[in-house]
Amino acid sequence: MALVELRNVGLKYHTLEGEITALENVNLRVEEEEFVSIVGQSGCGKSTLLSLISGLLKPTTGEVLIGGEPVQGPSPKVGYMLQQDYLYEWRTILDNALLGLEIRRMKTPERVQEVKQMLQDYGLGGFESYYPNQLSGGMRQRVALIRTLAVQPNVLLLDEPFSALDYQNRLAVGEEVVRILRERRKTVIMVTHDISEAISMANRVIVLTPRPGTIKSEHRIRMCDEGLTPLQTREHPEFRRYFTAIWKELNVNA
Amino acid sequence: MHSKTSAEHLAYLRQLKRRQLIIRLSQGLLLIGIFALWELAARLGWINAFVFSQPTRVWNAAVRLARQGELWKHLGWTVGETVIGFTAGTLLGIIIAIILWWSDFVSRVLDPYIVVLESIPKVALGPIFVVWLGTNMTAVIAMAVAVSVIVTVMMMHTGFKEVDPNKIKLARTFGATKLQILTKVIIPASVPTMIAALKVSVGLSLVGTIVGEFLASKAGLGYLIIYGGQVFNMSLVMASILLLAIVSVILYYFVSKLEERVVRGRDY
Repeated sequence: MALVELRNVGLKYHTLEGEITALENVNLRVEEEEFVSIVGQSGCGKSTLLSLISGLLKPTTGEVLIGGEPVQGPSPKVGYMLQQDYLYEWRTILDNALLGLEIRRMKTPERVQEVKQMLQDYGLGGFESYYPNQLSGGMRQRVALIRTLAVQPNVLLLDEPFSALDYQNRLAVGEEVVRILRERRKTVIMVTHDISEAISMANRVIVLTPRPGTIKSEHRIRMCDEGLTPLQTREHPEFRRYFTAIWKELNVNA
Repeated sequence: MHSKTSAEHLAYLRQLKRRQLIIRLSQGLLLIGIFALWELAARLGWINAFVFSQPTRVWNAAVRLARQGELWKHLGWTVGETVIGFTAGTLLGIIIAIILWWSDFVSRVLDPYIVVLESIPKVALGPIFVVWLGTNMTAVIAMAVAVSVIVTVMMMHTGFKEVDPNKIKLARTFGATKLQILTKVIIPASVPTMIAALKVSVGLSLVGTIVGEFLASKAGLGYLIIYGGQVFNMSLVMASILLLAIVSVILYYFVSKLEERVVRGRDY
C-alpha cells in the first residue's frame, strides 16, 4: 500500500473574475521512503498540491489518503517545510525548534531532549539560546528542518525549501537535508522549478502541465535508487540525459 | 575587523563626540536664553508681567505650591489619572483589536464606525462624561481612555493584519487552532506595534486627562491651569504648564525604557 495516495484529485477556487481550475485529475502514489520531486512552471499548482496533501486545503474532487486514511486536516504524520524558514524572530532557536511540539501539545521532556540532540547533531549545538537573526541562512534552514522533524512525521512535504538560499548554500544545504532525511528514512515529496535540484535528490521526478495542473509524465531516477548523494548525482554521466528529457517536456508546454 | 584603533579613527570619534557636545550645549543655551529673555523683557517693562508672568514669579509660584504640599497632590492626581487612563485604554484597545482580528465580519461591519470615531475630536465628548459620570476622577479617566483607545485599536488591528501570512501558515501546518495562532504568532509578532501604540497613547492619555480636569476636577494640573486662569494668576498657569511638560517627558521616558527591555535580544 502506498503511504501517500492521490485519487483523481482536482481543485477549483473562486475569485470575483471567475472560477479557476488549479489542479485536475491528479493521480499519484508515493511509496514509503521514496523521495518524489514534482516540477512544473510557476502557477501550475505545485504548491497547491502540497497544501492538499498537508490538509491545509480540501480537494474539490477526488481524495487524498495517507497511510490508507483520508486526510481531514493538518496531521502529525505530515511535516511541511515552506519556501523560507519563517523562524519566529521573537523565539530562541530552541523555542523555534519546539514550536510544532508546543502547538501539537506534544512537548514532553523526552521530546525536548530529542530536539536538543538534533540541534547538537546538525551543527547547532551551543546556539539554542540565540535568536534567528544571529544565524546564517543555511543554519536557519536546518533549524526549520529540525522544527519539522520534531513532531516525528512520516511524510515530509518540501515546498522549494532552498529557494531563499544562494546557489552555493543551496547545494550544501540540499546535500545535508537529503542525508538527514535518508538517515531517518522519511518519505518526501518536494516541489521545485529547479530541474537539476529535482533530479539530484529524487527517486522519481513528476512533471506537471501548466494550469490546470495535471501529471504529464514520470521519470525514475536511477542514481538515487543506487544511493548516490545529490552532488554525486549531479556529476553522473546520465544526469544530462534526465535533465534534457525533463527540460524538453516542460518546454513543450510553454 | 575593528582590531587596532587607528589615529584617524580616534580623530573621527573625537569629532563625532565634539559635535554631539555642541548640540547638547546649544539645546541648553536655547532654553536658558528663552527664560533669560523672558525675565529681562518683564523686568524692563517690554511685556506686562501681570499678563505674561516671568520666570522668577513662576518659580516662586511653584515653590509656594510645594511648601503648601499642594504640588505633589496635583502632580499625583494628574499622573495617576493618566497612568490609569492609558493602561485601561491600552488594554481595552488591544481587546477590541483582538475581536476585530478574530472576526473579519465584525471588523468589516464596524469599520466605518471606527473611522468616524477616529476622526471626531474626542474632547467634544467631555461634557457627556461629566453628565454621565459626575465631576470626579471617573469622568477624567473616561476622557483619557476615550482620547487614546481608538488609536490603539487602529494601530493594533493594522499590526495584527500585517503579520506575515506565511508565519501563520507555518503554525497551521502544525494544526494550530485560531487561539494558538493568536497567542503564539499574532500577539508576539505585534509586540513592536504594541510599544509604538503605547508611545502614542501615553501622550494622548495626558491630553485626555488635562481636558478632563479642565471640565470635571478639583485637583490635578489641568484644574490648576483653569483655576489660575480664572483668578488671573498667570504665574500659577505657567508653573503648571512647565510641570506638565516635565510629566509628559517622564512618562515618555518610561515607555522608552519599557521598549528597550522588551525588544532587547531580538532585532527587527
